[in-house]
Amino acid sequence: MTLTRTLLATTALSMTAGLVSAEDMANEMTIVSWGGAYSASQQNAYHTPYSENTGVTIINDESSAEAVAKLRAMNEAGNVTWDVVDVVAADAIRLCDEGLALEIDPDTQLAAAPDGTPASEDFGDLLVSDCFIPQIVYSTTFGYRTDLVGDTPPTEICAVFDTETYPGKRSLEKRAINNMEWALLCDGVAKEDVYDVLETPEGQEQALAKLDTIKDDVIWWSAGADTPQLLADGEVVMGSTYNGRLFSVIEEQKQPVAMLWDAQIFDLDGWIIPTGLSPERQARALDYIMFATDTQRLADQAKWISYGPARASSAPLVGQHADLGIDMAPHMPTDPENAKNTFLYNYEFWADYRDDIEAKFQAWLAK
Amino acid sequence: MSDITQSGPVLAADGKPLKHSLNRALRRQKMRAMALILPLLAFVLLTFIVPIGQMLFRSVQNDIVQNTLPQTVIAIQDWDATSGEAPDEAAFAALAADFKIAVENKTHTRVGSRLNYETPGISSLFRKAGRKAKRWDLETDGPFKEQFLDIDEDWGDPAIWRTIQKFSPPVTSGYFLNAADMQLGDDGVEFRPENQQIYITLFKRTLFMSLVIMGACILLGYPVAWLLANLPSAKANVLLILVLLPFWTSLLVRTSAWKVMLQQQGVINDTLVWLGLVADESRLVMINNQFGTIVAMTHILLPFMILPMYSVMQTIPPSYLRAAKSLGATNWTAFWRVYFPQSVPGIGAGSILVFILAIGYYITPELVGGTKGVFISNRIAFHISSSLNWGLAAALGTILLVAVLILYWAYDKIVGIDNVKLG
Repeated sequence: MTLTRTLLATTALSMTAGLVSAEDMANEMTIVSWGGAYSASQQNAYHTPYSENTGVTIINDESSAEAVAKLRAMNEAGNVTWDVVDVVAADAIRLCDEGLALEIDPDTQLAAAPDGTPASEDFGDLLVSDCFIPQIVYSTTFGYRTDLVGDTPPTEICAVFDTETYPGKRSLEKRAINNMEWALLCDGVAKEDVYDVLETPEGQEQALAKLDTIKDDVIWWSAGADTPQLLADGEVVMGSTYNGRLFSVIEEQKQPVAMLWDAQIFDLDGWIIPTGLSPERQARALDYIMFATDTQRLADQAKWISYGPARASSAPLVGQHADLGIDMAPHMPTDPENAKNTFLYNYEFWADYRDDIEAKFQAWLAK
Repeated sequence: MSDITQSGPVLAADGKPLKHSLNRALRRQKMRAMALILPLLAFVLLTFIVPIGQMLFRSVQNDIVQNTLPQTVIAIQDWDATSGEAPDEAAFAALAADFKIAVENKTHTRVGSRLNYETPGISSLFRKAGRKAKRWDLETDGPFKEQFLDIDEDWGDPAIWRTIQKFSPPVTSGYFLNAADMQLGDDGVEFRPENQQIYITLFKRTLFMSLVIMGACILLGYPVAWLLANLPSAKANVLLILVLLPFWTSLLVRTSAWKVMLQQQGVINDTLVWLGLVADESRLVMINNQFGTIVAMTHILLPFMILPMYSVMQTIPPSYLRAAKSLGATNWTAFWRVYFPQSVPGIGAGSILVFILAIGYYITPELVGGTKGVFISNRIAFHISSSLNWGLAAALGTILLVAVLILYWAYDKIVGIDNVKLG
């Protein structure tokens, strides 16, 4: 009798506990991003104000680097535990293609600009996929040690391939994307022809041959933090990485490093909402997105990190760095002074040729 | 007495044959023992064997083509791949019908990326066609050959159709061939072009470097373990902490520490330059190559070698050595003939541990290996999380698993697995 009563009591208790926690769930969301300074800027600009307004608890997960693989696995297992995911545009396109990301109608599901311009126009060309809600424009570009380049600091991208004028190691990312484009640009291929040339086996050989000229002088990186560390230690004379990382080396850590903006390669980063969420979780994710990608919020993020807001209407609102008090506009990759010669990453091309070129690139690396 | 002289089965007290009763009792015991380990068995099966089996199955699984393009697969069954011409309207119409359904389910791009592994460019063909196919009416919008060629003239390229035909069976050897730097050519299996061959090199390098790391661990670990086993226990315990301390430190911290030590502007190079042993312009390159990986991994795996050696050496009575010497053996003979053979089980256990851990190592080679010091596991990780070619990753993983099992078997044949002791 006592046993039955205890059992009943525990069952009742655990049932209420289940109910309470289900209610908790409704006020909780998991947001996936890249970690580090980037997640901190999102915490300050989006998460904290959103939590204050709504009382929602936000759990941060730093898995963006494996987001596509993990979302695919979650989808196969039928248990998606993420609510909003921060991914680069190429990954968003893949997720959208595979039906793993929710399609968004920008004009009804995203906030209009303060002057009433619909979101589809405000984001413009940056809406590269039906599922992708752009957040920032970032670029992969070079930084160099000002004390190691003598009296003639490099002004153009081909300095990377000029080991006579600029002796010393360079750091490049351990993958084909971006490096192949730069190699062709510096091998005399015109900017508009780069992808046409890269499409052919001869063009791929040409790019690898150009890279071969500096192969012994390259340290290959795989994490965004590698180049800043190598520059700070004086291990390399110049190296490629994301412009926000270089900003923090130059302005926050005051290292003798400067930006080489020439032929910077623009890319986009933004949100997607996974498919397969329960209706209330999806509604909450959409509500968050509506808030976090409005004009003011995108401009706010630039107070903490030097990535350009993806909305045209946010650009005039970009102010000063929250801690350093310096103007952020000149540090944006999209600033006219920095964007004199830029290169646009071709999503379609890399979706097709990535596996093939990557295989050749890795085989070349291993030789 | 009469029982013994009687022929027939021996009976138990309850009159049943003794053999049966015994068997039943034994069976019951076995069942009880099984029931005890059943939770563990179920756990291992569910969390280890089933997922690994599933992952390995992906290395041959290819039903995606047949499931997504069922009508096309049938339509091009009899198409002559050597004819040099794309198939006729019937095949295109079947493809259009398949696309209509696939686009609805968003599966056409998955097939596209599957086939893109074999023939680059198919992925975008499928994506582009998918966009148009959404609005087609199958009854009125034909002929579809023109429609497809309108979208992209590459649809008329027989190579595309050959790929679809070649990879329509539900089981494929494509991933395994790729993992061995080969491909399914038009005249059977052939090697990939030389500028795409990478995996055999990586497998060889992984094996070679794991063996070097294992050897370095034996050479460095043996004297340490000997010292630990032969010092008075107070001193030995202090030394043991020195072995265990790095063991408890995070792997990433230890790897990063090696970066600080080995890089060109690092501690070792700075010291050498300061001592005047190395000129400032010609600092040694000790990281982002094989040397860096071997040094860092030897350091990280050393405790796995020392600990089993130590626990085996502890059980060797020191009196044996004294006895050998009192019988006239030199120090070396006493060590080599008496002590060393008894410590071999420890070396065996340590070697297996270190080798098997090394062969699947991922994070340390990734951080300090540069281009020439990376292992096959780095490529597996790349295909799992970045290129999403899970089939190829599974094939590479299967090969690695089989290689380890073969080596284990060879070890058992040569040294004998009974000759391995952890203590």
